[in-house]
Amino acid sequence: MIGCWSNAVSIGSVVIAGADLQRESFWLPPPASSTAPAVDSAFLLLLGISTFFFALIVLLGLWFAIRYRRRPETGPLPSPSHNTALEVLWLVIPLGIVGVIFYHGFSGYLQLRTIPRQAYEIEVVARKWSWLFSYPNGHKDENLHVPVDKPVRLVMRSEDVIHGLFIPAMRVQMDVVPGRYTRAWFRATKPGEYNLWCSQYCGTKHFDMRALVIVHRPGEFETWLADAAKARETLSPVERGRELYRINGCWSCHSIDGTAGTGPTFKGLFGREVQFQDGTSSVVDENYIRQSILDPQAKVVRGYQPVMNTYRGILSDEEISALIAFIKSLQ
Amino acid sequence: MTESLPINYLTYPRGLRCWLLTLDHKRIGVMYLVSVAAALVLGLLFALLMRTELIAPGRTIMGEDTYNRVFTVHGAVMIFLVVIPGIPAVLGNFFLPLMLGAKDVAFPRLNLASLYLWWIGALFLLLTLAFGGLDTGWTFYTPYSTSTNTNVLAAVTGVFILGFSSIFTALNFIVSIHTLRPPGMTWRRMPLFLWGLYATGLIQVLATPVLGITLLLLAIERILGLGIFDSTLGGDPVLFQHFFWFYAHPAVYIVILPGMGIISEVIPVFSRKPIFGYRFIAYSSVAIALIGFLVWGHHMFVAGQSVLASTIFSALTFLVAIPSAVKVFNWLATMYKGSIELAAPMIYALIFLFLFGIGGLTGLFLGTLSVNVPLHNTHFVVAHFHYVIIGGAVIAFLAGLHYWWPKMFGRMYNQTWARISALLIFVAFNMTFFPLFIMGARGLVRRYYDYSAFLGTNPEFTLYNQLATIGGYLLVTGLVSMATCLISSLWTGRPAPANPWNAPGLEWQCSSPPPPENPPPPAQVGDPYDFSQLAVPATL
Repeated sequence: MIGCWSNAVSIGSVVIAGADLQRESFWLPPPASSTAPAVDSAFLLLLGISTFFFALIVLLGLWFAIRYRRRPETGPLPSPSHNTALEVLWLVIPLGIVGVIFYHGFSGYLQLRTIPRQAYEIEVVARKWSWLFSYPNGHKDENLHVPVDKPVRLVMRSEDVIHGLFIPAMRVQMDVVPGRYTRAWFRATKPGEYNLWCSQYCGTKHFDMRALVIVHRPGEFETWLADAAKARETLSPVERGRELYRINGCWSCHSIDGTAGTGPTFKGLFGREVQFQDGTSSVVDENYIRQSILDPQAKVVRGYQPVMNTYRGILSDEEISALIAFIKSLQ
Repeated sequence: MTESLPINYLTYPRGLRCWLLTLDHKRIGVMYLVSVAAALVLGLLFALLMRTELIAPGRTIMGEDTYNRVFTVHGAVMIFLVVIPGIPAVLGNFFLPLMLGAKDVAFPRLNLASLYLWWIGALFLLLTLAFGGLDTGWTFYTPYSTSTNTNVLAAVTGVFILGFSSIFTALNFIVSIHTLRPPGMTWRRMPLFLWGLYATGLIQVLATPVLGITLLLLAIERILGLGIFDSTLGGDPVLFQHFFWFYAHPAVYIVILPGMGIISEVIPVFSRKPIFGYRFIAYSSVAIALIGFLVWGHHMFVAGQSVLASTIFSALTFLVAIPSAVKVFNWLATMYKGSIELAAPMIYALIFLFLFGIGGLTGLFLGTLSVNVPLHNTHFVVAHFHYVIIGGAVIAFLAGLHYWWPKMFGRMYNQTWARISALLIFVAFNMTFFPLFIMGARGLVRRYYDYSAFLGTNPEFTLYNQLATIGGYLLVTGLVSMATCLISSLWTGRPAPANPWNAPGLEWQCSSPPPPENPPPPAQVGDPYDFSQLAVPATL
């Protein structure tokens, strides 16, 4: 009964919004996931109901202000100062309407939060100010690659503050909280590239903490994943360092083209003499880079804030050596 | 001044010392008005800096760290210094005793103490600006706020002190309403502004201590390294959000309930009709105050909260929408068959209906579980709460200020000028904030310094941001025009009669401005919305 009525209202609101769920709507991004229609239909239902009540309030207000404007000859017309039946009516009708809205939102939300058991799992790590996606075969990537038409489960954790994983086209948003795992899922319905943003404020580069969601055509995801994993095995130390620089998000603070960022650029860094905040100075060598990765606050270059987190326990000695090799190569 | 006014609370006794040590609620109200207005100017300045940065993609006038500090200070100043104290501390202080026919509030010294605490709290927030700034957002989310090297402690101390200022005012109002009502003013014959202040007071007294405790815990974590919210120390960052919103959501009702009270005073007077459905309006204020305590979890639908908790919070959120809807219908019914004069206060009341209508209805979108997911943390939320807080509370404050200005300062302002300013504010406000709804629904995340990365899929964002920025400048122009109109009336306005709108309220019985000592109440107080004995004033 409720569902039937809400369908009728949905159709009404669709007419008002001038769009149906398959076409692009004025308000929301083009939908690209299996759960998006449930969200969008609730949005359009709300749009219809709100437009109706808003128009009612404004038109009545304007009509009364004009129709009953003050005239010198007449005062107010006799009218009751209360009417319990009427007031109960406009208490009960909105109550019924919000009941329908609540139900619509609740059923959609259950879809968004009920993760299919056979979903493909990808581990997500968020940190200031980049994302890292780890696949079951060990491959790590700074972008989120997913197969089309397969449910994907994201198991997420943060290495520092709270971040938020937000993919507007998929209608997916979930905070990524340090000290616990949060989960999200979606089933992409259209191959292509979509934006993924950090939605929970996390400091300096919050606005720049983004990744791409790449939805592969049927069959192409597996090929991509196998190739990406194989390519990693044959890398030279410098190439390996370049990849670590990419997937660990070093780039969000340290450029490799000489531009200043939140941290010093890596270009020409090796072998240069740098001044520290405490007035001492040192030549950048292997040991200084190693110390800066494991204990970043020990020697902070003058003019920069001590904001970097330690990578102790995250990068192995072999990986640190590869990063040093990469930094050496940037002369 | 063109003509001198009779001896009144403004002119007697003279001297700065007499003002600073006064126990007179009217003087305290006026000092609050000046202080809150100064804080508003500061908040607007930061708003314009922010909007100017966003007029073009990429860097415009400041770097990202500066931008983060600017939106944080804008939020903290506007919430804690302007809109939370706003209506109660200024108009409540001035008019609550007059509407009760009382000599003063129940505890005049506590009232003065609340003003001094406001000043000290404001000083701490200014110190924050001078020493390191603050970049946490006004919400102080952990663990960002426990790890940032900006001056969280000074800001938290300021907000902690401001909390006590708020509690003192609320305590005063609750006790005054219980003990100082004149003979004949039963709970069912009390002006609705007082009902609004009473409901607000309940929230302030019950919710503000939770904010104080939360911020104290935050300070303890930062200073002593005790793990309360920081997961690396064994704490829980989401616990902070529960504590914070347990205060900060009811705080929205602290902001809006007194505003609804003002609208309930203004609409009857300018429609020459008793308020329609007095009891429903009065009880709906208390209903909002009580249910408002049970909805905080709707800020955390995507924070990792359980599905069951989110479901319950969503249902309660819809429930709290109902009393607001009832009020809106009752206000419209009050206008029905009235004799409506579109004086400046009434224009603001109509603007309130329009803007608060949008603010309230978009709240339904955010309270709906599934729809919240893609809208959370976007500009849609920013637009929603500005429609509620500016479109609701600030516009209601302006309605009240224009309504009571002749009583407060004894001068009539220029109606035409005031009405044009109101229309400019209305148009500019929509121009500033409506584009944010569209951009938010299309995915623009809030607190983003730069939207360049969106332009690939949404090239229209530049235009929408430009509209919002130009709208922001026009909005400030409108506010300056409104303030100039009021302030210039102090020198050029004609003296106000005791009751320029022929309103039935007790506060209109004394001379304008009121004498230093409030007059005693009449032997028996009648219905505050009884217009039968009052002539309809000629059109302005």
